[in-house]
Amino acid sequence: MKGVFRKIALLFCLMLGTGTALRATTPGLPAEEVYVEGSKSTDELDIGGIIFEHVLDSYEWHILDWKGEPVAIYLPVIICDEGWHVFSSRKILETGSYGRWHIAPEGAPHEGKIVRADGTRPFDISITKNVLSLMMSSILLLVLVLLTARWYRRHDALEEHPTGLAALMEPLVMMVHNMARENIGEEDYRRYSPFLITAFLFILLNNFLGIIPFFPGGANLTGNIACTLVLALFTFFTVNLTGTKHYYKDMFSPDVPGILKPIMAVIEVFSALVKPISLTIRLFANMLAGHIQLLCMVCIIFILGKYGPAMTCGATVISVLFGIFLDVLEMLISFIQAYIFTMLSSIYIGMARVKAE
Amino acid sequence: MNLITPDVGLLFWMVVIFGIVFAILAKWGFPAITGMVDKRNRRISDSLRLADEAQERMSHLAEEQARMIDQTRKEQARILREASQARDEIISRARTDAETQTAEMVQKAREQIATEREAALRDLRRQVAMLSVEVAEKVLRQQLEDSDAQHALVDRLSEEASRSALN
Repeated sequence: MKGVFRKIALLFCLMLGTGTALRATTPGLPAEEVYVEGSKSTDELDIGGIIFEHVLDSYEWHILDWKGEPVAIYLPVIICDEGWHVFSSRKILETGSYGRWHIAPEGAPHEGKIVRADGTRPFDISITKNVLSLMMSSILLLVLVLLTARWYRRHDALEEHPTGLAALMEPLVMMVHNMARENIGEEDYRRYSPFLITAFLFILLNNFLGIIPFFPGGANLTGNIACTLVLALFTFFTVNLTGTKHYYKDMFSPDVPGILKPIMAVIEVFSALVKPISLTIRLFANMLAGHIQLLCMVCIIFILGKYGPAMTCGATVISVLFGIFLDVLEMLISFIQAYIFTMLSSIYIGMARVKAE
Repeated sequence: MNLITPDVGLLFWMVVIFGIVFAILAKWGFPAITGMVDKRNRRISDSLRLADEAQERMSHLAEEQARMIDQTRKEQARILREASQARDEIISRARTDAETQTAEMVQKAREQIATEREAALRDLRRQVAMLSVEVAEKVLRQQLEDSDAQHALVDRLSEEASRSALN
């Protein structure tokens, strides 16, 4: 018992220490910046601003502040506006404008994005923070899966059991593969399982990377609606371009008496269109909410920090405890959301593969 | 709201990169893994089925074995019984054979003895007859040394002969 108490006491001391350290050099949540913003607007912390800055996309990847200087990766801006323009985002971020373009101010329709002088958006395919994160996680995913595939090519799986990376990846891959078999059917699940496995691993990997607070992670990719929309559209097109005759017949001419037919058809088409939207928003909202919760937990320290050292320590203990809890919860949610997205996709595909009864 | 309006740039990159990742993994990644694992699963289920069958066959074999042992035992008992019967039969037959043969032999010996005795008796009789004739001759020769005696005999003989002729 005595040992346990000592450990708990030690943990609290460490937390208090971390609290004071966090004030000085929070990675991704620079204390310096907080106070700058705080002093700017009636001495109040702009918590909403801090949080949205962390969950939204940006043209640079802010890593930390070192001795008052921000350490950030300035990513290339790529714009097509009467010809292609490629330049470092440092040029536009430092002054707020570059050439014909400027960063849209707060409250403008495209707040924080690069816009023309009249406030309209050019075709902007800049390598933003999320795009870089997407590239890195995609390379990581490719490496992980191709290395696993290489293990299976080089070893006789009939003779030896998988080790190392293959042992880690196999259960994940086979879980989705078997899910595809259950939901799509024995006949053609093999056509769809690669898409489902890719989507699952992609979402899972990016969810996990999103939880990691420092550089290679920390981008909120799966909490960005563009990302989840693309994933959902892949599912939508897979479902609706490879459906069977019966699927389309059930959709446009369902088996109901005359007058109900057009009504049912409208409902069916509407439900087919709503499915990808629900997929998009479910994943996006869950991941975004998780990130915001975590950031709020960290922000408690700074909100209560101005009431003195005792408050800071207390807030630190609470916020670290809740932070750990939410982090673990977030890991669980990362997996569950990846699983749900894949499972619903496979169910939708299975529904589009109906055969004549 | 920035939060819920999908950004064109990210949409573009997402389609391109996710498409590429999906294409590469669908071509070189997952089929290798799932194919191998499916193969292994099939192998495992096959092995289990074979093991079950073998188990069943084994139990059948045990039954068969027990049945065979039982049968063999019965066979053994039957053979032994038959053998002892055959033995008894052979012995008894040999005995009866021996008895009949012995009887035959005894009979034959008896017959032989009888014939030999008869022959011996005949021989003896002949010899006795010859002896008696010789004796008689000697006796006669002795008695008939003088002529009176010879006459007396002739007379008697002729008398006898005439008596027998008269009769």
